[in-house]
This record gives sequence, C-alpha cells and structure tokens, in this order.
Amino acid sequence: MPLRHLLVGSGPASIAAAEAIRSRDLTAEITCIGAEPEGYYSRPGLAYYLAKEVPEGSLFPFTDHDTDALGITFVPGTVVSLDRAARTVTLESGRTLPYDRLLLATGSIANPVHVPGGDLDGVVKLDDLRDARDLARRAGRGKAAVVVGGGITALEIVEGLCSRHVDVHYLMRKRRYWGNVLSETESLLVEDGLRQRGVEIHYDTRLAEILGDRGKVTGVRTESGDTIHCDMVAVAIGVHPRVELANDAGLECARGVLVDEFLATSDPDIYAAGDIAEVFDPGTQRRSLEVLWSSAVAKGRIAGLNMASGPIHAYDGGAPLNVTRLAGFKLTIMGTVGGGEDSDLEGIVRGDSEAWRQAGEATMVESQAGDAHVRLALGTDTIVGGVVMGDQALSFPLQDLIGARADVGAVIERLKEPGAPIARIVDDFWTEWSARA
Amino acid sequence: MGAFDWFRSDRAKSEALASAWVVPEPTRCVQCGICSFYCPVGIDVRRHVWRGEPVKDSRCLTCGECVKRCPRGLLRFEKAGTMRRLSTRRGR
Ligand SMILES: Cc1cc2nc3c(=O)[nH]c(=O)nc-3n(C[C@H](O)[C@H](O)[C@H](O)COP(=O)(O)OP(=O)(O)OC[C@H]3O[C@@H](n4cnc5c(N)ncnc54)[C@H](O)[C@@H]3O)c2cc1C
Repeated sequence: MPLRHLLVGSGPASIAAAEAIRSRDLTAEITCIGAEPEGYYSRPGLAYYLAKEVPEGSLFPFTDHDTDALGITFVPGTVVSLDRAARTVTLESGRTLPYDRLLLATGSIANPVHVPGGDLDGVVKLDDLRDARDLARRAGRGKAAVVVGGGITALEIVEGLCSRHVDVHYLMRKRRYWGNVLSETESLLVEDGLRQRGVEIHYDTRLAEILGDRGKVTGVRTESGDTIHCDMVAVAIGVHPRVELANDAGLECARGVLVDEFLATSDPDIYAAGDIAEVFDPGTQRRSLEVLWSSAVAKGRIAGLNMASGPIHAYDGGAPLNVTRLAGFKLTIMGTVGGGEDSDLEGIVRGDSEAWRQAGEATMVESQAGDAHVRLALGTDTIVGGVVMGDQALSFPLQDLIGARADVGAVIERLKEPGAPIARIVDDFWTEWSARA
Repeated sequence: MGAFDWFRSDRAKSEALASAWVVPEPTRCVQCGICSFYCPVGIDVRRHVWRGEPVKDSRCLTCGECVKRCPRGLLRFEKAGTMRRLSTRRGR
C-alpha cells in the first residue's frame, strides 16, 4: 500500500516537502491541507503587491497543472486536532484524514497589540493575502496611518502605504530602527530613507491607546499624552509560531515545535518544518527559530526526504541569509551580525533569524564602498556575519565566504585596520579563494 | 559602479546578447513573481529560479528586464556555460 503523507499548511515548507517526497517515492499519497483557500503563494511577495509592484495574480508560483503533475491533493480547511494514537487529523468541517507520516508546517502569526482599542476596526497587520487586500482597500490619498513595531514587516507596511499615498507616522519606542540587527549607521541610513519618502518618524514614542469612534479607529494617544489622528493603525511588533495543534497533541514544544536535526518531532512519525520548527543544532548546542522563506524551503526539503526514506538527512542551518529592501536600499543580512534586544519588537519578526543576534564577541568593522555600505562581523579567523546595504555586488562573495566558514586569517588584521578598504580586501581574497576552491 | 550598473550599459547588453544567460542565486529568492510578470516573452523565470537553473529558454531575449526588476538582485547575467558568478571586479 502506498505511504500516506499528510502535510498541514500550504506554505513553502509543505511544497518543498511534497517535491522531496515525490522525488523519492512515485506512488506515495501526498495530501496538503491549507487553511487559506488561495493555497500556496509568495508571502514575502505581499510587500510588493502592497507597493503595487506586482499584481495579486502573479504571487502564485504554481499552477493547478503543476500540483497535478506533482501528484498532490490539496484539501482546503483548518486542522483542529491531531490524534497520534489513531494517526488521524480532524478538520474544522469534521472530516477526518489518516496519515502514515505527518508534516506540521503551520507557519507563524502576528503578535497582537495589547493596548485599549486594540480590537477596533482599522487595526491592521500583514500576515497573509487577506490582510494585504485589506490594507490595500483601506489605503488611499487623504488617509493617514500610524505604524508601530519594527523589523522588515513594519517597514514594508510603511513603504506600501507610502506608495498608496497614505500619510504615514512611524512610532519608535526608542531612538533606533532595528537596533539588535543593524548598526547605528545602517539604522540612520534607513531612517533618512524613510524621511525622504515623507514618513514622519516619532522617536521615543510609545502607543498608550488606540482611539475610536463607533468601533472605528480615529487616532492614537501616546504615553506622553499626544494625539495623532489616523484612519488605521498597523501593528508589526513580532510573530510567534503556530504551535497550538502540536501542543494540544502532546508534542514537545517550547517557542516552536521542538525538532531534532532530522526535523522529527518527539513523535518519530511527525515532522515539523518552516517557521514553526525550533531546530536543535548539535554543533552549537542551541535551539533556534527562523522566520525565513529560504529556511522554510530548506527545512521542508529535508523533512520531506526523511518522511520518505527515514531520518537520514540532517538539516544544516548554515549561515541564515535574507535579502530585503528597506527604505529603498537593497539589504543582505548574513550569518551573525547583531545582539541584544529591540524595544519595538517582541521576540522574532518575519524575514528574521535568531542566529543573526548571536554575534557575541565578534569584532564589527564597517565602511562605505562606492554605492554600498558594508559591515563585517569578524571572528578569530572567519567572517561570521555581514551586512551589505545598497549595491549588492559584494554580497555574493561574502555569502560564499561566510557560508563556507572560510579561513580568512591571512587578511583579518588588515580588515580591522581603521579606514581599511573592506570591500576591496574581501573581493581580492574571494577571487583567489574561489579560484582555489 | 557596481556589477549590476555595469550590466545596464549598452555595451554590456550587446555582449550579453551574444554570450550570456540569466542565472539565479536561489537561496535569495522568495518567489514573488516580479521576474516572470515583467518578462516580455512570458518565460516563467521564477520557476527556473526555484529549480536553481539558468534561463536557457530559446525565447529569452537577454533584455535584462528580470535582472533589473528583481527586488532582491538575485538574477545576474553570466557567460553561457560557466556556473560562477560575476566578480565584483567587473564593477570597477
Ligand atoms: C509580509 C511578509 C514579508 C516577509 N518577508 C520575508 C523576507 O523578506 N524574507 C524572508 O525570508 N521571509 C519573509 N517572510 C517570511 C516567510 O514568508 C515565511 O518565513 C515563510 O512563508 C514560512 O513558510 P511556512 O511554510 O513555514 O509557513 P507559511 O508560509 O506561514 O504557511 C503556513 C500555512 O499554514 C496554514 N495553517 C496554519 N494553521 C493551520 C491549520 N491548523 N490547518 C491548516 N492550515 C493551517 C496557514 O494558514 C498558512 O497558509 C515574510 C512574511 C510576510 C508575511
């Protein structure tokens, strides 16, 4: 009898798992259950949809033909319970589906804001396509918005609303944007970029209350007693993995669903991948969360291979990477680059890796190189992290060197010299290194 | 001048037309679809990226639209047949 693989969630982790299972087993039954009726789409692409750079229809990477060719059955619906003894899941509709191997890939969801008025009509977030449509519908000339939070999503909302001619007020609890990942210079570059787009930044400002009239947002009151009038309040203060299903079924969970390096949960027939997987790395002895598309794909693939063939493929988180655009700057973040807390955020955000904030003792060097601002986090004889802002040419060699944990001992002292031409040193080193490799 | 600006020059374009194809860096892709949306001949560039393959489609005009539009800068022209990336040296 063919093995029955059930995938809960229709994001990139499940899709990558389905492809991996099919690559090993032509006869397996693969069923994907997704709470969003739209199925699989590019969640990060929502930012570009909001900024009017791509139409909604283009956010869907797979056609029905592709899913048919892969032999996946898509079942729309929300899984409400998991019976591990019977090996079944039950949907909200009451339908029960059996499995031999189960993948949990339910993603993450925005943290709600806990202030009076937090449930008014006009308090918005950006988790999914429905939210993006809602934001687009509410936006327009003559409207005003207050955005609270940080990380990538807050700025994607800010920029999307700016593209739709909304007057945007961005509230920051302290004096720096994304202070536990970016350097002071990088934060300043982003903040300047936002001001150039017409965004009003309110520093040292905490939201005290969201004001409303007849159930609808009319403004906010800050802790210092100021009032800002607005039509919507967008909240991006962080996300948390959706672990309820796993938790209720008695699987070991902490912030996410705990998995070993093979991405198996505490039940060997159940795997977890994507945003919800809190992975144990035997190398660092650390568990970490990542809310990254590329990590979701990589974890999905490994989980799928192991679901099809048994736990033999280990996940290597390597140097997590994200490329994004903040206030018009392309920005690549690689490896470990920061540390500490950011008062605008609760825990992890989207497009974020906890590994980025484990720079510890690393020495930071940064410089402007042509159209790029480059920062390196230097370990004893490796580059443990890097941030490239603006022109991205140097980010590719850096990605190679950081990912391979290349020994850069020969140039490390030169990189630390004040005023060192960092970009040139790295590029020259990489050219020789890659020729040798 | 960075590598991407370098490519935008006309000379670079005509050289690319003769000898280059578009190659992706798949780990940077979030499948947003902008590349496929703007391709004037309707190539599903995004699918090539998902598979980690260069755009070898005979319809490709090497017009550079996908390279220019990708919000993450993960598409580059590379000499056909080579798998290595553009060195930043080219931008100098
Ligand atoms: C606006 C935005 C911008 C982002 N930007 C970036 C970026 O720049 N770079 C980056 O790397 N990442 C970014 N991300 C994050 C990235 O999209 C996620 O890390 C990735 O989608 C996670 O994939 P996943 O498969 O784990 O889960 P998801 O893509 O979240 O999919 C999970 C699915 O499971 C469904 N589900 C949940 N519970 C159930 C249930 N009980 N039953 C059935 N279905 C269920 C959900 O409805 C959802 O459709 C961004 C995300 C957003 C929203």
